[in-house]
Amino acid sequence: MSTILLIVFLPLVASIIAGFGNRSIGNVPAKIITTGALFISCGLSWPIFLSYLAGTAEPGVVPVLQWVHSGAFSFDWALRVDTLTAIMLVVITSVSALVHLYSWGYMDEDPDQPRFFAYLCLFTFAMLMLVTADNLVQMFFGWEGVGLASYLLIGFWFKKPSANAAAIKAFVVNRVGDLGFMLGIFGTFLVFGTVSIPEILAAAPGMAGAKLNFLGMQFDTMTILCLLLFIGAMGKSAQLGLHTWLPDAMEGPTPVSALIHAATMVTAGVFMVCRLSPMFQAAPDAMTFVTFIGGVTCLFAATIGTTQWDIKRVIAYSTCSQLGYMFFAAGVGAYGVAMFHLFTHAFFKALLFLGAGSVIHSMHHEQDMRYYGGLRKKIPVTFWAMMAGTLAITGVGIYWLHAGFAGYHSKDAILEAAFASGTDMGRSAFWLGAFAALLTSFYSWRLMFLTFWGKPRWAQSEHIQHAVHHGHHDSDHANPAAQEDAGHDVHHHAPSPHEDDGTAGYHPHESGLVMLIPLILLSMGAIFSGYVFSPFFVESESFWKGSIAFNEHLIHEMHGVPFWVKISASIAMLAGLAVAWLAYIKDTSIPGKFVAQFSQVHAFLYNKWYFDELYNFLFVRPAFWLGNVFWKRGDVGLIDRFGPNGAAWIVERGAVVAKKIQSGYLYSYALVMLLGLIAAISWVMVR
Amino acid sequence: MGDFPILSLMLLVPLVGAVACLFAEARAARMIALIATLIDLALGIILWLNFDIGGAQWQFVERAELFAGFNWALGIDGIALMLIILSVFLMPICIGASWKSINKRVGEYMAAFLLMEVLMIGVFAAQDMFLFYIFFESSLIPMYLIIGIWGGDNRIYASYKFFLYTLLGSVLMLIAMLWMVNQAGTTDIPTLMAYDFPVKAQTLLWLAFFASFAVKMPMWPVHTWLPDAHVQAPTAGSVILAGVLLKMGGYGFIRFALPMLPEASAYFANFVWALSMIAVVVTSLIALVQSDMKKLIAYSSVAHMAIVTVGLFSFNIQGLEGSMILMLSHGVVSGALFLCVGVIYDRLHTREISRYGGLAINMPKYAVLFLLFTMASIGLPGTAGFVGEFLSLAGIYQVSTWAALVCGTGIILGAAYMLFLYRRVVFGEQKNADAAAMLDLDAREWIMLSALAAATLWMGVYPESFLAPMRKDIMTLEARVTRSAPVSDSHFQMRDPEAMADHANSAHEAVEGGAH
Repeated sequence: MSTILLIVFLPLVASIIAGFGNRSIGNVPAKIITTGALFISCGLSWPIFLSYLAGTAEPGVVPVLQWVHSGAFSFDWALRVDTLTAIMLVVITSVSALVHLYSWGYMDEDPDQPRFFAYLCLFTFAMLMLVTADNLVQMFFGWEGVGLASYLLIGFWFKKPSANAAAIKAFVVNRVGDLGFMLGIFGTFLVFGTVSIPEILAAAPGMAGAKLNFLGMQFDTMTILCLLLFIGAMGKSAQLGLHTWLPDAMEGPTPVSALIHAATMVTAGVFMVCRLSPMFQAAPDAMTFVTFIGGVTCLFAATIGTTQWDIKRVIAYSTCSQLGYMFFAAGVGAYGVAMFHLFTHAFFKALLFLGAGSVIHSMHHEQDMRYYGGLRKKIPVTFWAMMAGTLAITGVGIYWLHAGFAGYHSKDAILEAAFASGTDMGRSAFWLGAFAALLTSFYSWRLMFLTFWGKPRWAQSEHIQHAVHHGHHDSDHANPAAQEDAGHDVHHHAPSPHEDDGTAGYHPHESGLVMLIPLILLSMGAIFSGYVFSPFFVESESFWKGSIAFNEHLIHEMHGVPFWVKISASIAMLAGLAVAWLAYIKDTSIPGKFVAQFSQVHAFLYNKWYFDELYNFLFVRPAFWLGNVFWKRGDVGLIDRFGPNGAAWIVERGAVVAKKIQSGYLYSYALVMLLGLIAAISWVMVR
Repeated sequence: MGDFPILSLMLLVPLVGAVACLFAEARAARMIALIATLIDLALGIILWLNFDIGGAQWQFVERAELFAGFNWALGIDGIALMLIILSVFLMPICIGASWKSINKRVGEYMAAFLLMEVLMIGVFAAQDMFLFYIFFESSLIPMYLIIGIWGGDNRIYASYKFFLYTLLGSVLMLIAMLWMVNQAGTTDIPTLMAYDFPVKAQTLLWLAFFASFAVKMPMWPVHTWLPDAHVQAPTAGSVILAGVLLKMGGYGFIRFALPMLPEASAYFANFVWALSMIAVVVTSLIALVQSDMKKLIAYSSVAHMAIVTVGLFSFNIQGLEGSMILMLSHGVVSGALFLCVGVIYDRLHTREISRYGGLAINMPKYAVLFLLFTMASIGLPGTAGFVGEFLSLAGIYQVSTWAALVCGTGIILGAAYMLFLYRRVVFGEQKNADAAAMLDLDAREWIMLSALAAATLWMGVYPESFLAPMRKDIMTLEARVTRSAPVSDSHFQMRDPEAMADHANSAHEAVEGGAH
């Protein structure tokens, strides 16, 4: 069991060495230490996972250090390992190790590499602390720790104003969710008298029907607790309402997007709901809410994904959408299925991001798909890796063989579970999910067709022009090459996809081996992880060993859903593919016509449902306005004016009056004395 | 330790140093001040190591009759111990922060700081009501001089505002103290802490104490002296002001208002929560729009101290322990933040945020440490800021979910204004040539900030070191406030009934049992 100590703390140690050593130890040692630590962690994690697959492992807790003991409110540092943790361990350490390796190539030109790798390692440590938490507060530690790492990595290119803004936005929006999480922890402590997860889960079923007051209103205890905790999950997992930070987070380097904003951190919310599944089981209304948010998010994000031009933003919205799938799976009680999709998604989404990174790398940091085209032959390995990812995310598989790419197994299971749950909300989620599957297929194939098919449209790209005119690899920029290059938003003229402006004499190059190896390995995951692990995650209660609430009945029902339900995802996939093929291969004038015809719908989707504008109007601008009012009108205009300055004014005026009275003439003093005497005598007499 | 008067010695060392500094020339004065504060730090560590956790409530007690019933009575419990440790820890750092930046009247400056140290330790160690009063009020004088003589351009306004504001409450407090001593027939603080004053009289007494402590904290709306004082004070003045002087307000509440006047404290709890809730939201929003670094951090102090007050007035273990830890961590973290401002102020002589930018490029060490303190101020778990804030809010949640929610918004707004500050100073382009030419931390600055960083992480990862000495005293206090204020206690429950209406099940009883 003590290998878990190594798994968790090696990344921390490596992060400290690389971070504080920074330039004094140099790029290569920093990279070797961090990447080495991650590969060791990964190597130690797989045997743990395999032992759970084999059914030989016993869950346990390794205490580390006392943390806070305040009355009954006590929590310690400890590492918990059970099936759920074991799954997350392999997901985190595998993707992280591969992303580290990939970054050797991707960040090669960056002068700040030790800092980058230190952040990645720090992130991995925090994420591991999150998934090994034995109490809610340590989970919160990991929760905030990954938030910090995410903030640092989004803002890694700290000279870019947009990256800084995105970093702050990510942190602050997450804090909104964290407030919910925190209140949830307090409420949980109040009700259960402990924040130890096993103790809470053991007592949770007995709480059904209990009432708890919150903000002067009476709620069902478990419902309100679960809802508060779920607000935290919504923030971290970018669900509708608190999702606005995730697309902006793409300002970070692409390996970061793959690791943090696709495979691991954003799934923390799903992990939390699964970890606390016995609590949610005792709160049917909260489950309905989770289903609702998941279903709506999965469709909402997919609609936006269909209109974006930035390759990373498409994948970001896709992530948001896939997280919605996981949540509504959890919401209908299929926690194993939710975890299964988390698991497969980690591989194929990391693959898609790293593949996109490889494309961006070869296109000299151009991210706009309007300037891609015809890359299939130029970067074949990347193409095939992206292909595997796309086949996985769109859920390609053959029903009769019961075999397909990773997403086929997990997404089908989710839709079946939603349908089989029998609740109205579950059925609604099924329809939302099925339609979102169509959109998923559409935007994924759209991405593939725009990038790899058609003729080259690179000539108008500033990045490409830059590369052509200034020679390709001029890394003598004063600051990170990428810092200036990455993510230009302004283009002189955006060609519509059906034009072909040619190559401008630019030759995209395939990425190096350090970047291709992770792509190939993740492709294996995207292809096989669904088929291989489906029996364990979805079907096997003994695999879970009680680490989630396993709903045997629901699994049974899933097998009995109608045939059309079982193939609905495949139909949606084919429909999406057909539309994408029609619009981006067959007749490339269709998208333009569609936009012209439905310009308002397109603008609404393209502008992400105007959430950013709405939040700016509702929260950001009022906050600054109020701050100024409270300061200028409140502190200065009111408190100071009538407080200390007012008192000073009175003293000053009083002194002037007193000075006048003290004239020094005897008769005026005598007059005052006389008046006083008269007043005193009359008071005595009247009394 | 036996009967060795270590507390008196801790007062004597800086006092002797102060006198010596007055007659020494600049370089010698700096050395004397550093040595004196380091000796006191060493004595403080000895004090801590010899403090018997779980032993007698009052330890290292010294008592000498002076005249007219006025006693030289010193002694500490765990709460006072921790605040003394905080004071002696920050003092050498303050001397170090002034090492190069103060060049005028160095002897007097160092003397003022050493006198400050005497008075701070005196406040926390005094066991006689009037001795406390003398230390408490005299502490105004050196700070008044530090701001008024070595401060910025508008130092006279700021120093008078500081002095008059804080003096305002003091007169009332003195009257209250006279009444209480007369009533109880003793000036002994431990005895008074167990004395039950008539409930009717408590209201006025409480308000008198409140006037003094609320200004010191400072609570909204009597906080406006703080931004001015911080802005004008020299760096070390800000460190000690934020680090220790504000804590005297919190200490006052925990030593006087709560144990001596528990019924009145309970009666006014709603009032305190309301002020704190306003303070968190209002001062956080004000911090968001500041263009002066010191003012921003000063306003953030007001917001953080508001969470201390809700913790104190939540009448349970978590709230009380949380507010104590938050006071300690705020002392370290806000002190460190003011020091961070001082580091770049020394180089560029401006506090305007817009004059900086891109410091991560030319000052990477500074950027890392500043980030750590920024995160601690935001309350990131694993740093000092988290434990106190989290426990305080956990405490208040049990009596008022509204207060917990509103004060909880501080974690969102706090993140917004601190990250916005950090972004403008450390990130972005190097748009000012003079800021871009600034050198990274020198050895002196690095040592000071590293010490604070170590304390920040220690308190965040293993706060038990700090919680353990206070645990018994907090429990005593909690027993006192809940036992002697049964009416008010149930009053809170009714106002905000957290308890489950239908089910009085075993888990909940476990909470009750554990908390009481």
